[in-house]
Amino acid sequence: MSLLKTTQLTKYFGETHAVDHVDFTVTEGEVLALIGSNGAGKTTLINLISGLIPVDSGAIVFQGADTTRDSIHEKIARGIARSFQLVNLFDQLSTLDNLALAIFSRDGKTRKLFRLSDADGAVREEAVAVLQQFGLAGKAGMLAGGLSQGERKLLDVAVAYALKPKLLFLDEPTSGVSTREKAPIMDIITQVVRAGGITAVIVEHDMDVVFKYCPRIVAMHQGTILADGTPDEIRNNEQVTANLLGTQRHA
Amino acid sequence: MSPVPAGTRRPLAAAGPIVLVLAILPWVVEPYETVLLSYGLVFAIAALGFNLLLGYTGLLSFGHSAYFGVGAYAVAFTVKYLKVSSMELLLLAGILASALVAALFGLVCVRYTRIFFGILTLALSQVLWSLAFKFFWVTGGTDGLRVPTPTLLGVSIGAGQDKMDFLAHKYYYYVLVVFVAATAVMWVIVHSPFGKALQAIRDNETRAEFVGVQVWRYRWVAFLISGVFTGLAGALWVPLNGLTTPDILVWNFSGEIVFFTVLGGFKTFAGPIVGAVVFNYLKTFAVGYTVYWQMFLGVVLVTLVLALPTGIMGMVARLAQKSRRAPAP
Repeated sequence: MSLLKTTQLTKYFGETHAVDHVDFTVTEGEVLALIGSNGAGKTTLINLISGLIPVDSGAIVFQGADTTRDSIHEKIARGIARSFQLVNLFDQLSTLDNLALAIFSRDGKTRKLFRLSDADGAVREEAVAVLQQFGLAGKAGMLAGGLSQGERKLLDVAVAYALKPKLLFLDEPTSGVSTREKAPIMDIITQVVRAGGITAVIVEHDMDVVFKYCPRIVAMHQGTILADGTPDEIRNNEQVTANLLGTQRHA
Repeated sequence: MSPVPAGTRRPLAAAGPIVLVLAILPWVVEPYETVLLSYGLVFAIAALGFNLLLGYTGLLSFGHSAYFGVGAYAVAFTVKYLKVSSMELLLLAGILASALVAALFGLVCVRYTRIFFGILTLALSQVLWSLAFKFFWVTGGTDGLRVPTPTLLGVSIGAGQDKMDFLAHKYYYYVLVVFVAATAVMWVIVHSPFGKALQAIRDNETRAEFVGVQVWRYRWVAFLISGVFTGLAGALWVPLNGLTTPDILVWNFSGEIVFFTVLGGFKTFAGPIVGAVVFNYLKTFAVGYTVYWQMFLGVVLVTLVLALPTGIMGMVARLAQKSRRAPAP
């Protein structure tokens, strides 16, 4: 069943066709990878769907409802969450508070002015449980700004996950971390996402990571979708090999 | 009822002795010193309000004189035109007037950040100053409006009682109670889920949006609360001063509120309180000591920014942290 469907989705930045009449479908429960070289339009596509930037033309339908002009807040309420390529955290809040805030917000509790946040045992317990799932339980009291890059990447995803989304976009969850850290990070993320029954779209450059963790891969090139298939189909796709995989081998 | 969280017990334990010292102070120091401290506590309430924006929401206002002045003038107008003498009703007038003005100004300002926010708040405060200055038949112009000693909880100044004695005892305790209540309320606000959302906005506005926090709405509520606290301070200040003039609306006073907060340390809850009290003593000392008092305060500010960027309480926190880390001999 289709969870998300974009029709002729378009975004131009001047002469640059960042996303050019893209028809993109995400099926409920899948973990799919969005690949492409720099400037292919992957992040712009995510930015459009998540509401960070406005759509020029086309439509975005999520769970049967037109969300093309929805605000970020409305999209989150519908169950669309995301992490960021450059880690976006609340650096002066503790790791636990980063998560607690997402939970408070999800439950509509951030409007409460006259109740101490620490007094909400249920939220604290849930935040600790999410930290444990992401292997960050030992860092609960640390400021998010003091975490290592790998831990920050995990926390970035954990904050989005704590919103209990139906569709989660992960923008390069292993960028900027060492090769050694990539597999453990992806193991944790995919395990948590699958256990939570969350549909996930992972933007990733590292093809080893993509082929290992994502049963479906969508390849973008110059704002359009170049190919869509299983890892084997993508590996054997000549256009992808010429435009993406070949490029990567040279890089 | 939920138990007091562990993170709240320490500040409560620290606040108890401080409040006790403040309570016995009028019996051990000269009335003048007590009145001076009253001014400091009043400014501390304004600084607490201001720091909800600067320290917790990341917005630097250069126009908080507006809300202090609105609180003060609301009291003066209520006394002059409605013949009200009850301090409780006067405080209510100050709170309502400052809430109204902060709500309106906030709608304009909170959609902007950084220098644009600062300049807008400054410009709007100067509009109020010019109104107070030009509409002299209502506001008394540069002569200002006099405010007689109000009744406190229905009790008026005793027949033949010295005004200084009234201010140094009854009014001091009144200010102290309002200060303690305001501090407790602000403590709860900044440690509430709402307060965490403000800190999230301060740290990363985009991410705050992406966890579902509607940034401008939260900024607006913070602006409103900040204005009300500052307006409450203005309302408490008038009976102490006995008079309000347009000077209290000028941007210089907004600068002083910034000064209180930077001096004490805007990254700590207690910083603005300490900064306001210390600044009040510094200024009083400087004004009495030299005609170049502005230069003296300027030098203090420059030294402070260079040597103690985290303010007095930031330095205290750092020293305390160091002493905890130092191995026992």
